[in-house]
Amino acid sequence: MLILSCPFCGERDESEFVCAGPARAPRMTLAAATDDAWVDYLTAPPNPKGVVRERWWHSHGCGEWLIVERDTLTHAIHATRGARHEHD
Amino acid sequence: MSMTEARLASGGLIDRSKPLSFRFDGKAFTGFAGDTLASALLANGVVLTGRSFKYHRPRGIVGFGIEDPGSIVQLAGEDGSVGLPATAIPLREGLDAHSVNCWPSPAHDIFAFSQVFASLLPAGFYYKTFMWPGWHAFEPLIRRAAGLARVPAHAAPNQASEIRHGHCDVLVVGAGPAGLMAAWAAAEAGARVVLVDADRLPGGSLNHGDVSVGGVTAAAWARDLAARLDAMGNVTRLAGATVWAHREHGLVVITERDPPLPELRQRTWQMRARRIVIAAGAIERMLVFEDNDRPGVMLASAARSYLHRHAVRPGRRALVFTNNASAYATARDLAAAGIEVAAIVDSREQPDAASLAVAAGIEVLAGHVVTHAHGSRRLRGVTVAPRQGRGARRIACDLLCLSGGWTPSVHLFSQARGRLRYDEGTAAMVPDTGPATTFCAGSALGLFDLQAVLASGAEAGRRAARECGHAGGEVAVPQAGPAPAYAVEPLWCVDACAASTRAFVDLQNDVTAADIILAVREGYGAVEHVKRYTTAGMGVDQGKTGNMNVIGILAGRVGTTPAAIGTTTYRSPYEPIEFGAIAGPREGTALLPYRHTPVTPWHVRHGAVMYEAGARWRRPGYYPLPGESLDRAVERESRAVREAVGVYDGSPLGKIEIWGRDALALIEMAYTNGFASLRAGGGRYGIMMTDDGLIADDGVTFRLGDNHYMMSTSTANAEAVYRRLEEFLQCERPDWDVTLTPVTSQWCNATICGPAARELLADLDPDIDICNAAFPFMSLRDATVAGLPARIARVSFTGELSFEINVARRHGLALWERVMEAGSRHRIVPVGSEANHVLRVEKGFLSLAHEADGTADPYDLGMGWIVSKTKQEFIGKRAMEIRRSTGHRRRELVGLLPHDPDHLLPEAAPLTPGGRMERTEGLVTACVRSVAQRRVVALGLLLNGRARIGETAHVRVKDEVIAVTVTSPCFYDPDGLRLRS
Repeated sequence: MLILSCPFCGERDESEFVCAGPARAPRMTLAAATDDAWVDYLTAPPNPKGVVRERWWHSHGCGEWLIVERDTLTHAIHATRGARHEHD
Repeated sequence: MSMTEARLASGGLIDRSKPLSFRFDGKAFTGFAGDTLASALLANGVVLTGRSFKYHRPRGIVGFGIEDPGSIVQLAGEDGSVGLPATAIPLREGLDAHSVNCWPSPAHDIFAFSQVFASLLPAGFYYKTFMWPGWHAFEPLIRRAAGLARVPAHAAPNQASEIRHGHCDVLVVGAGPAGLMAAWAAAEAGARVVLVDADRLPGGSLNHGDVSVGGVTAAAWARDLAARLDAMGNVTRLAGATVWAHREHGLVVITERDPPLPELRQRTWQMRARRIVIAAGAIERMLVFEDNDRPGVMLASAARSYLHRHAVRPGRRALVFTNNASAYATARDLAAAGIEVAAIVDSREQPDAASLAVAAGIEVLAGHVVTHAHGSRRLRGVTVAPRQGRGARRIACDLLCLSGGWTPSVHLFSQARGRLRYDEGTAAMVPDTGPATTFCAGSALGLFDLQAVLASGAEAGRRAARECGHAGGEVAVPQAGPAPAYAVEPLWCVDACAASTRAFVDLQNDVTAADIILAVREGYGAVEHVKRYTTAGMGVDQGKTGNMNVIGILAGRVGTTPAAIGTTTYRSPYEPIEFGAIAGPREGTALLPYRHTPVTPWHVRHGAVMYEAGARWRRPGYYPLPGESLDRAVERESRAVREAVGVYDGSPLGKIEIWGRDALALIEMAYTNGFASLRAGGGRYGIMMTDDGLIADDGVTFRLGDNHYMMSTSTANAEAVYRRLEEFLQCERPDWDVTLTPVTSQWCNATICGPAARELLADLDPDIDICNAAFPFMSLRDATVAGLPARIARVSFTGELSFEINVARRHGLALWERVMEAGSRHRIVPVGSEANHVLRVEKGFLSLAHEADGTADPYDLGMGWIVSKTKQEFIGKRAMEIRRSTGHRRRELVGLLPHDPDHLLPEAAPLTPGGRMERTEGLVTACVRSVAQRRVVALGLLLNGRARIGETAHVRVKDEVIAVTVTSPCFYDPDGLRLRS
């Protein structure tokens, strides 16, 4: 079980969080997206052996959505930040 | 052999003043405090303890601790599911144990005939057999013959287990010489230390020999140091506890058996350790030759341990068979205890001089091997032969002590993805590179010299503490007494026995050397494949005494080295752990408590049968009158709503308050239809989809004011909808100004529905105009009702005129009681979810998880009107468009009327073409006895259904085909006049 460092709450046990899978590229507006690009966006999430950017929700804590950089091989957490500050 | 004969007159770390009576296979025996079940059985001369898993061969006690592969027992009573070997069960008063895999007793087992057919049960037997057509004919017999301990008939009370969470700087696994030193060094440095050992007695191997440490006996040294640690405030020592999992981020899982609280049987710790010192010791290996599983064949270290620890003589005439130096001490100690040692058979051509000196006076047959053990239910002798040349002879003995060398206990290191390397010098896999937070020490690291073991423990403890910010920890490493150096020459299998179907490499799963060779011949060369094909190492002992021999035999067979073969993956748990130990008291409603509305006590008092309504909410299913059946009650409740007025507790319906400048933008993104034209006080029904363009939820959203909305969701999906909206806002549109507040349980409602609902509401003295013009369908008003501040919504899930009267939770029960009181004049009836279901099916309203089952979009349900043609964007839009552009035929919502109007259709029953046994073309999503139609009506999803209205379709169930007429999916008031009335 992982320990994730929530920017609000500090180090917390994984059981307080919900993992929502790999973080996708920023959502395209439909007007700008071809069908093929949209299908890729929906169905081809990154699944690397190594560092992956993931969305986690601190559902049993502050409710913040987080972007977590996790190594799928070692479970090392390289970075955790609030998703809303992802593109600051 | 009587008890007095097998138990030495003195010595041992047992308390002879505390005799304990126990039973084994129904017979009464006596042992002493400090015994294990195994040592007590040996002291009583019980050698045959069970039958093996596959061939039902007689088996005895092989090991001393958890590594024992052969003596799993069934315990009577609450702890019956333990599945531990007798060697790992501390003796206690009244213990009642039974052998497994045999009936009626290990001596007379009716399945023993399977030994005769051993050649018919080769490696991969189950794979090969279960591929036959009709293999299941054999399944019951195989299941009866196989299996280990039985599941106990009754669950243990959940108070018997406890879960604790803990944190420490340094966790030390094992309280042997290395572990004690590590804990001492780390504790002296000031670190918070947890020291865990499976044995109640500290010292590990120090208790099982006669070496000295620091000028005193090793056992006394260990006891003194443990006492010193116990006195330190920063040390927690868990005795009789096993670390059975080592997971990411320093999480280790520990189960204490028999913690110091009488009502507690076990306690599991989820411990976060910043650094972990693994000083788990090493496990002796078996040697592989014909019939090496006969009762009386024992690991050499185990025999020596029983002698020193429990003062038990495990035999009268012993023979030692070894490939290394360590077993010589066993021979010496057995002889010193008065046991005749027939010989030491050493597979090495030239045993080291130090070993020979240890066993001075005992015949050593160097360059010899045991090729065969004789006897059936008890060892009677062995055949010994030189490795080269001729000269086999038989030697009588009733105890055969084996030592195939030592395997470091690397399980916890490997669970944390530590890598191993094969060490030629010790012929074992030893820790190589591992996680930075983990240190191995002592023989777990591959060190077998006691002085080096003590030093490595101190060093590991000191370094672990330093990495936690605690400098110091310089402790003096005591001087260990002299002992011969460890030397070994690998012997994975006695050459002459390589093809034997009775030379066991895995005693627990009955895997033989011949099975390994067969697996290689059939194309399995990788160790992971061989493991699965032969099941070697897949028992609950995880092959602790045999896996290295499997690797060695495999390497020899495929012409490579053990280093190239490598090991299989080590997985938790290290030893059998009960589900109760993992779950603790977290089961049933302790794990997932029910949620109640404030009206629950009223419902229960009025005879409601309570259902779970989703998201753990409890809601009335129906309110049967005395003697009334389910069907009658549901019909009565449904009729009341259609003809007079009913009231239901709709409080669990999900509610999310939405605020902010961009609130409308979010709602427009979430729903398929448009909300821009909604005025304050007005509401609109909406459907939301997933990004895959499939229906995720539905509900009514009201506009409360400028930039302020109240969204309702289905009961079960309230949390999921909130999560999806939050995710979208925070991850995709962080610049939007929207705040979401889930308010489901802040509100309580009584929903009054039926033709008399308005008259009833009028009787509750609302302070607003409630006529249809002033308060139309799909609108919302704040008001005072029955003296309570309320928010009334005109929505309808029943198809009738409805008012959903919402009040603060604290007023919920008062509102309900006033509604019932005022309603008596209108013959009001409380209505449960069963009647609600009937009413919504009659009306053809969709229900999440019934019609919207995760495969449907709005068009499939005949609700194309709810998909906006003008909105640029909403969630699911593009995926639905792409899918529908293919023109593939879809399953569409239809009504289904069975030709026999009284014939109920099972919900979820398949529709197949012509009722034939073919691929389904749909399913029944709901079926009820309609009070409006006075017949059975159903909804279903049917391929191309809307084009087939008027045709006959067929529901196929077991032994029956039910003809149904396909209709439009609305059986009541299709124009919605009543709900708008």
